[in-house]
Amino acid sequence: MTLSTQRSKGWRSKKVQETALVVFVTLLRALLGFAVAVPFFWLISTSLKPENLLFRVPVVWIPRPPMWSNYVEAVQYIPFFTYLKNTLTIAVPATIFTTLSSSFVAYGFSRVKWPGRDIVFMILVSTMMLPYQVTMVPLFVVFKNLGWIDTYKPLVVPTLFGGAFYIFLIRQFLMSLPMDLQDAARIDGCSELRIYWQIMLPLTKPALATTALLTFIGNWNEFLMPLIYINTNSKFPLALGLQQFQRQYGAEWALLMAASTLMTIPIITLFFATQKTFIRGIALTGIKG
Amino acid sequence: MRRSTLRKLAVGLFFIGPWIIGFLGFTLYPMIMSAYYSLTNYNLVNEPQYIGWKNYIRLLQMDPQFKTAISNTMYMVIVGLPIWLFVALVMAVLLNEKGKLTTFFRTLFYLPSVVPTVAASVLWMWVLNPQYGIVNTLLKSMGFSGPGWFTDPTWSKPGLILMGAWATGGTMIIFLAGLQNVPEALYESAELDGAGWWRKLRHITLPILTPTIFFNLIMGMISTFQYFTQAFVISRGAGSNVPPGGPLGSTLFYAIYLYQNAFSYLRMGYAAAMAWLLFIVILVFTLLLFRSSGRWVHYDS
Repeated sequence: MTLSTQRSKGWRSKKVQETALVVFVTLLRALLGFAVAVPFFWLISTSLKPENLLFRVPVVWIPRPPMWSNYVEAVQYIPFFTYLKNTLTIAVPATIFTTLSSSFVAYGFSRVKWPGRDIVFMILVSTMMLPYQVTMVPLFVVFKNLGWIDTYKPLVVPTLFGGAFYIFLIRQFLMSLPMDLQDAARIDGCSELRIYWQIMLPLTKPALATTALLTFIGNWNEFLMPLIYINTNSKFPLALGLQQFQRQYGAEWALLMAASTLMTIPIITLFFATQKTFIRGIALTGIKG
Repeated sequence: MRRSTLRKLAVGLFFIGPWIIGFLGFTLYPMIMSAYYSLTNYNLVNEPQYIGWKNYIRLLQMDPQFKTAISNTMYMVIVGLPIWLFVALVMAVLLNEKGKLTTFFRTLFYLPSVVPTVAASVLWMWVLNPQYGIVNTLLKSMGFSGPGWFTDPTWSKPGLILMGAWATGGTMIIFLAGLQNVPEALYESAELDGAGWWRKLRHITLPILTPTIFFNLIMGMISTFQYFTQAFVISRGAGSNVPPGGPLGSTLFYAIYLYQNAFSYLRMGYAAAMAWLLFIVILVFTLLLFRSSGRWVHYDS
């Protein structure tokens, strides 16, 4: 809006227009940035407040001195380390299994040309559209009959068979590699398994890293699956434990915020450590749309 | 078939074998079973009992909560989703312009979407706390009195939409990737023709971005129809014995009501029927979007 009015006043010079644009963009960025940042400040600030500052008006942004002991109290109030251990017990094998099995399957969908491949691949892609609710009830029945309720098996065992989305992602990557690579190896009498393991797997590292990262975070955050399958409090992963805590001690905002911060920090750290892989992965999911 | 083709088929099937097993066991078999359960009365304890289309008839004709769940969910798809896509798009366009601290802002805008959903939901209950939350406190300091958010049936869904807009970074990154595909030369020639910022955005950037918008719209639509965790955590957080979906059913979304039917009321057949209706609705919407895409999505070449 401002730009067009400026132009109508005769601001034709390109330099002025460009400066105006930079100012406009910077202002909007700052405004949105502020809106995005406020909840984060609120999270950290609340987690460090003594009880008497929680409901103080006007708001105290930086509690002095900060109540670090809230964190100590929070990890005892909720059995934080038990939940952490449970989360890792699910997320670590699920990540390894998903990454390996998905890359294995992706190889079959990209580096070997077999009749019917494209049709089967279309089926795989279309399963991504299926809402989980359609399979939810029968799977529960199956796992119940197997005696797997209240164990981690329903969350981990299915990851041995590849995730459609990750198969898709790794396949896209594999398709971009030159075919000569394996033709040469085949002529040398290399078995397909060795071509996969020794040639293709190392070459797909970027796609594997993205897959591992997204799966790990997905499992760390997963709420519904453990909600359905895990009943015993001492077996809860963090997501479920935090929700339970919220239900029982809803008014303990400082402790709740401390616990939420603790659950978020590992993921944010992971994000900063692997930002490139991360952003590329997210972008990849959309490019071939 | 020739021997070499047969060999290739064997190798291919060997590699995709794990997925085939998974597909049969964790997708196809459950799909067939849930279609069957949807025609039965089944409470996990007794054997499923065939009742024909009764579950579907009851859902469509006699269940007021089902209607509530549908209208709440449609609200999110029709009001929430466009807002989320718009916010993500604005963020991406802003990040795609030259300006100060681009990397910093990109990280900042993206950061909320890595916050675990449960943690984010708990945080937003406090951010939107009617009395002491930061949003209402800020509104008050500007002379407005803020709404009751998650305690008020009129404001609970807008509260969830606000929270979703905060965490829309994943969509933003996909938009950003799409924006970076726009060839610089197009802008340069437009500038020579004297096109300003808005005209470049309207006539170059947006048309080239339509496939990305379409992709995000489809993905967003599918996931919004299954909207669950945020509303579940927030509505149950109101107290230890509160069922999800409150206040006054205003956040009873389709997936939440389905979950309740399955695991709170043990109406497995009823839940399965709901799941199939959901699947059909998603299919129809996807189909309609694809149908419409010819008119507004531009694919290059």
